[in-house]
Amino acid sequence: MPSKLIEKTMRVNRLPHIWCPGCGHGILMRDVAQAIENCGLDPDKVVIVSGIGCSSRAAGYMNYNTLHTTHGRAIAFATGVKLANPELTVIVITGDGDATAIGGNHLIHACRRNIDLTVVVFNNNIYGMTGGQYSPTTPHGEKGTTAPYGNIDYNFDIPKLAESAGATYTARGTAFHVPQMIKLIENGIKHHGFSLIEGLSVCPTYYGRKNKKGSAVDMYNWQKENCIDAAKAQKMSAEELEGKILTGEMSRCEKPEYTDMYMEIIRKCGGDK
Amino acid sequence: MATRFHLLQGNEACVEGAIAAGMKFYAGYPITPSTEIAERSAVRLPQVGGKFIQMEDEIAGIAAALGASVAGLKAMTATSGPGFSLKQENIGYASIAEIPIVIVDVQRAGPSTGLPTSPSQGDYMQSKWGTHGDHPVIVISPSSVQECYNLTVRCFNMAERFRVPVIFLMDEIVGHLREGCELIPPEELEINNRIEGNITGMTYAVSEGNYVPEFAAFGEGERYNVTGLFHDDTGFPTNDNTITRNQERRLMDKIRMRRDRIMQWEEKDCEDADVIIVCYGGTARSVMGAMEEASKMDFLKIGMFRPITVWPFPEKALEKLSKKCKHILVAEHNNGQMLLEVQRVVKDNCPVSFIGKIDGTTLTPDDILTKITEVY
Ligand code: SF4
Repeated sequence: MPSKLIEKTMRVNRLPHIWCPGCGHGILMRDVAQAIENCGLDPDKVVIVSGIGCSSRAAGYMNYNTLHTTHGRAIAFATGVKLANPELTVIVITGDGDATAIGGNHLIHACRRNIDLTVVVFNNNIYGMTGGQYSPTTPHGEKGTTAPYGNIDYNFDIPKLAESAGATYTARGTAFHVPQMIKLIENGIKHHGFSLIEGLSVCPTYYGRKNKKGSAVDMYNWQKENCIDAAKAQKMSAEELEGKILTGEMSRCEKPEYTDMYMEIIRKCGGDK
Repeated sequence: MATRFHLLQGNEACVEGAIAAGMKFYAGYPITPSTEIAERSAVRLPQVGGKFIQMEDEIAGIAAALGASVAGLKAMTATSGPGFSLKQENIGYASIAEIPIVIVDVQRAGPSTGLPTSPSQGDYMQSKWGTHGDHPVIVISPSSVQECYNLTVRCFNMAERFRVPVIFLMDEIVGHLREGCELIPPEELEINNRIEGNITGMTYAVSEGNYVPEFAAFGEGERYNVTGLFHDDTGFPTNDNTITRNQERRLMDKIRMRRDRIMQWEEKDCEDADVIIVCYGGTARSVMGAMEEASKMDFLKIGMFRPITVWPFPEKALEKLSKKCKHILVAEHNNGQMLLEVQRVVKDNCPVSFIGKIDGTTLTPDDILTKITEVY
């Protein structure tokens, strides 16, 4: 029996999903749905846009207006949806490869425009759909099928990248820390401007196996031990923080939003009459 | 009341036509020789309550336009060769997801960066076959500034009615040409809109008497899924071979079965012509010049067959003419692309010759007349 939340927010007849046992994506998808619920949004006015990859399959399961686009282009499509009808709440679900490799240009420019999109990156540190190639977030030195001798690329810090490109709300959560992740997405949706929330996922099938991370349970336990809320981290020593990943709200500021500014142009041109 | 007659550039007339057709969204990236389309859209759209956005690249241009179309607005993007290449993947997305959009390609010369400000028609085959996989497409090519206006309206009508990407295949000649243009007001034009309906879960089902699924904009109460994967009538992905086959066939048939309504062409002095010149777009201007010169001297009788809808190709009309005339000359600003279609259609009915230019200059009437004397 699906829970009340699942029944309300998912297309139950499209389930079960295609994700592997132990995958973190299902948890993150549920977090997005719970955050939408917490915001009290009318589902008819919510649009989920996704690209291509394991994460992007989420759109098809979620009972909103869903646009499953081409690889890397979700944010560009979402920009069109939002500008066309600013009354819609537009949420992008994307992966690390989709958002920061093939779609990296769209990500930084959407940040720069401060258009009111909420982008949730399901970061599994690898290309899962194609079988385990290294991505822009595969940690330096780790392995993928295309980095058999260890990855010599350095990885992106996605919230930092977004913040420096102009995003006005950035955050990081994990698949393990559910209440925190829900809150971070909720705050991102409520924030009037471009929001980026990175959700650290778990990919036992490829990232885990390639890098000897143990079972799915081991990987969630790793998140539990090593991901520290930024507020808590302030009271910890440099030694204690060695090798840890900070989570929580990373940055926030207020700036005029893109579609608001465009509507002002329309008013000035008399196009609203 | 301002006059209806204006001195306009082809690119500007295209924007005015789009606005008359109801365009409310433009997303694109600057590229010569199409940039004036973006510039004028940036000025004009907010004046009519529409939106313009300059995106970070060509791919984003078409992606944002498609997003806006799903949200219910008539949308357009414009580009030239290099950008047209970049947009191809999302043209395929528009085909399979059945999202109306107009893509303007103001062709320029050469592969890669080529000759950015020179005339060419090198994208003719690409406009049909550029995106991967079998897909339906309508391509329309104007020969005058007035046609840039009128045919842009037609592009929108076709895109909206058939839920397909329609490519407006301009070239540098018509794009930068300045001529008088009558801005016919929308009330006097045929304007088609997408067939809106109550899709209740069957997003891609075609109801009785219709040839495309009905459309509901995102946000209007029908929550549905759009995907570039093969999907069933409900809009959700499927690997089922029968469903896939049927969907693919329906996509192709919605254009194929209505070709006669879609195709437009011009026949000029073809009735008793010895030689018929097949041409389209800006090249027709050189051909008309050649015909005028020929008429002033003792020369062969020349006719012109000009496809306006260049895909689907008006094959029956040309086939008929090829049985009556003595020779067909194909004139294009490329190495012979429509030539292949003409040869396919004409077969052995009459000899087919070709004249083309790819050096960035235009074919002159003299070039054409000289060629005729050589081959006839
Ligand atoms: S490959 Fe990895 S990310 Fe993809 S579904 Fe499987 S576990 Fe999840």
